[in-house]
Amino acid sequence: MEYVIEMNHITKIFGDFKALDDVTLKVKKGEVHALLGENGAGKSTLMSVLFGLYQAEKGEVKINGNHVNIKNPNDANNLNIGMVHQHFKLVHNFTVLESIVLGRETVKAGFLKKDDARKKVMELSDRYKLKIDVDAFISDITVGMQQRVEILKMLYCDNDILIFDEPTAVLTPQEIEELMKIMKELVNEGKSIIFISHKLNEIKEVADRCTILRKGKYIGTVDVSSTTKEEMSEMMVGRKINFNLEKEVQQIGNAVLEVKNLTIKAKNSQKNVVNNVSFEARRGEIVCIAGIDGNGQSELVYGITGLMPINEGKIILNGKDVTKESIRKKSVEKMAHIPEDRHKHGLVLDFDLQENAVLQTYYEPRFQNHGLIKFNAVKEYAKKLIKQYDIRSPREEESIVRNMSGGNQQKLIVAREIDRNPDIVIAVQPTRGLDIGATEYIHKKLLEQRDNGKAVLIISLELDEVMNISDRILVIYEGAIVADLVPEEITVKELGLYMAGSKRGVNYEEKA
Amino acid sequence: MKKRHSLQDLRGTTSFFASFMAIVVGLLFGLLILLVSNREQAFPAFLTILVGGFADGTKGIGQELYYAIPIIMTGLSVGFAFKTGLFNIGASGQFTCGAFAAIYIGIKCAFLPAGIHWLVALLGAMAAGAIWGMGPGILKAFANVNEVITSIMMNYIGIYLVNMTIVKTIYDPLKNQTKPVASSAIIPKAGLDKLFNSNNLNIGIIIAVLMVIVIYILLHKTTFGYELKSCGQNKAASKYAGINEKKTIVLSMMIAGGLAGLGGGLLYLSGSGKYLQVLDVLAPEGFSGISVALLGMSHPIGILFAGLFIAHITVGGFNIQLYSFVPEVIDMIIAAIIYCGAFALLFKNLINKNKKHVVDDKVVNKEETNVKEEV
Repeated sequence: MEYVIEMNHITKIFGDFKALDDVTLKVKKGEVHALLGENGAGKSTLMSVLFGLYQAEKGEVKINGNHVNIKNPNDANNLNIGMVHQHFKLVHNFTVLESIVLGRETVKAGFLKKDDARKKVMELSDRYKLKIDVDAFISDITVGMQQRVEILKMLYCDNDILIFDEPTAVLTPQEIEELMKIMKELVNEGKSIIFISHKLNEIKEVADRCTILRKGKYIGTVDVSSTTKEEMSEMMVGRKINFNLEKEVQQIGNAVLEVKNLTIKAKNSQKNVVNNVSFEARRGEIVCIAGIDGNGQSELVYGITGLMPINEGKIILNGKDVTKESIRKKSVEKMAHIPEDRHKHGLVLDFDLQENAVLQTYYEPRFQNHGLIKFNAVKEYAKKLIKQYDIRSPREEESIVRNMSGGNQQKLIVAREIDRNPDIVIAVQPTRGLDIGATEYIHKKLLEQRDNGKAVLIISLELDEVMNISDRILVIYEGAIVADLVPEEITVKELGLYMAGSKRGVNYEEKA
Repeated sequence: MKKRHSLQDLRGTTSFFASFMAIVVGLLFGLLILLVSNREQAFPAFLTILVGGFADGTKGIGQELYYAIPIIMTGLSVGFAFKTGLFNIGASGQFTCGAFAAIYIGIKCAFLPAGIHWLVALLGAMAAGAIWGMGPGILKAFANVNEVITSIMMNYIGIYLVNMTIVKTIYDPLKNQTKPVASSAIIPKAGLDKLFNSNNLNIGIIIAVLMVIVIYILLHKTTFGYELKSCGQNKAASKYAGINEKKTIVLSMMIAGGLAGLGGGLLYLSGSGKYLQVLDVLAPEGFSGISVALLGMSHPIGILFAGLFIAHITVGGFNIQLYSFVPEVIDMIIAAIIYCGAFALLFKNLINKNKKHVVDDKVVNKEETNVKEEV
């Protein structure tokens, strides 16, 4: 059997930590080969070895059957290996054409020869059915098109082995479908694809074979069509995973949070990023705000929590008008916020775990006495959270948070916010970048919150999450709520249409 | 990259080691300069620097303490601001304003009872420094203007304003300096002068040590210190946590200014025959404060020892004039020490970074993307 890539028995050691332990990856020519594993399973490290960023302690790499020694990314590039990153590497004020040729410009006497490049790009675009507008600016095109630009960039470099690093994280369902088609087209044309993901649905749909890693160890390579999702997830996590959250019917209580006609104008412009939004979140329900990234969700949350000034509207918490109150006051009135950007807002990265554990409560009498911090109380509290919420870190409560894994950082925030017994938790993308285990755990905690008769507001871009956890779905499009849906009554596809703005819900028809 | 330092902390030990290495290399660099300029006298002069004030027994030590007082205060000022994420280059102007306020009160408020006249003058110095620090603080907090630039500018505004006001109010035109302060405004000596056989020394050194302790407690033991540090490290997260980050920034700059101002008061009320002169020169104590803070790794206790050390070799620097060297050699040595300190930090960070790869898969990811970008 002909393999384009053979990575045999790769072992990579950092200090006394085996990041990769005898891992083997064999990719056939013309297949989509999925690489499945949780965060920290070694997917990135394996790809870094392939790109020459790391030298493996043991093992060999063969490309097209030939032994190769890849020392740096340039070597990898010369072997026609290319990668589409999860976060695109594009220059926003360049045109599509300029972005594609960047680094591979054809020049004549120091001047760019754009016409040749344009011809080649158009040819590639036609051949692989990658629809793009070559003269548009990157900042003006959709995320889906940006991704196609990234793919074209690899093709422009004549890469035969394409690596997609979690490519669907930022796409809508329709765009994901499009991408799947493109990937199939690419392999039909003889390219080989490594598809890094932890979304089993997508692997099931597009991949031929799948290699599974767990904690740096090679678990196995399976034929995707003859393996069930449950089997794959069990191989990935090492235990059975319950995909469907079990939800008991809850008594819906009073509204905890009422948002009335909230409007926020964009900086330096008259455009409303949040446009006349009204909704309420009641006790015993989980409300999800679904939408494509950049439709005003972040601003809406900033407005509600007080991180951003609002232009119009009212925010009512437990019947009290808190529109003009400070962030601290809202926090005291039992509003908890699991922020979108855990590094920017959620944590002080150079503080240790215990200091971060009391970020919202350090001023309470249990942690201070006449302005002096009660270090023992803080320590005990951090220990309690670590135990209760299973937060893992290198040095327990004294770990610097920067050195903790993303999943455990998020667990710390969730622990801190939920443990102060709020009436409403506003969680923005609470499971972004987390593996299945941590995601399951955080969902369980949010569900517990609901079952205890508290309100939960989740802002999410992940449709599976929205469909799975919510009791009610509000769809936001261009800053306005366009539908109020019940997950049991709609399909993911329909939800996608609402999110893309091509459908509107009852009572949310566009005003003339 | 800012790191926390506490004495019981392991990282504190590495920091101490880094500073120590910087001092050794800096001193060797000084020896090199001495050797280049005069080979025969280099080694005895170098020894003199190392011995510093100890050569003159208690009197020399007293002299060292006297020199240490103002730079410990400006060092605390810079170091404190740095811990809260601000770079206070305005210590010089705050120092001068504080000195002026102290002298002004010392001359004009002679009606105050002897026991509290000097105290009021020192409080005035503190307040003047605080006001001078407040400006850059307000601009930083509300308009996001970089405090480095505003505080440098405030240095010049401060010194010329003080010059102008001296000439208009408490000027001694013959000597081109301020008039002497009332004797009740001189800081009490409390027997320290006899103990160290030095007329310059007074309880200012005790006040300085007290301030070191106060700042240590403030930064490391109080909720206010927690807020200050949190704002310094991550303003966005502090805002999220309900901390009034604007108020915190202004207060932080005011405290830093107050410390530098107090330093000015302590120096010019010491009764050592030092007068605030009308010159177009920024107070060098302010810039020494930056060196002291860097060498002391911005930790209050570190700053105390760094201030004492720099005072020590400064006295040594005066003594090498015996071997016909200029005392400016000391400035070069101090500069070399600071450079080495910066390199030591760089080196330490590199080591830490490599270690981090093991734990943090994210770093790996990021590097990978960075490198790929160049392809």
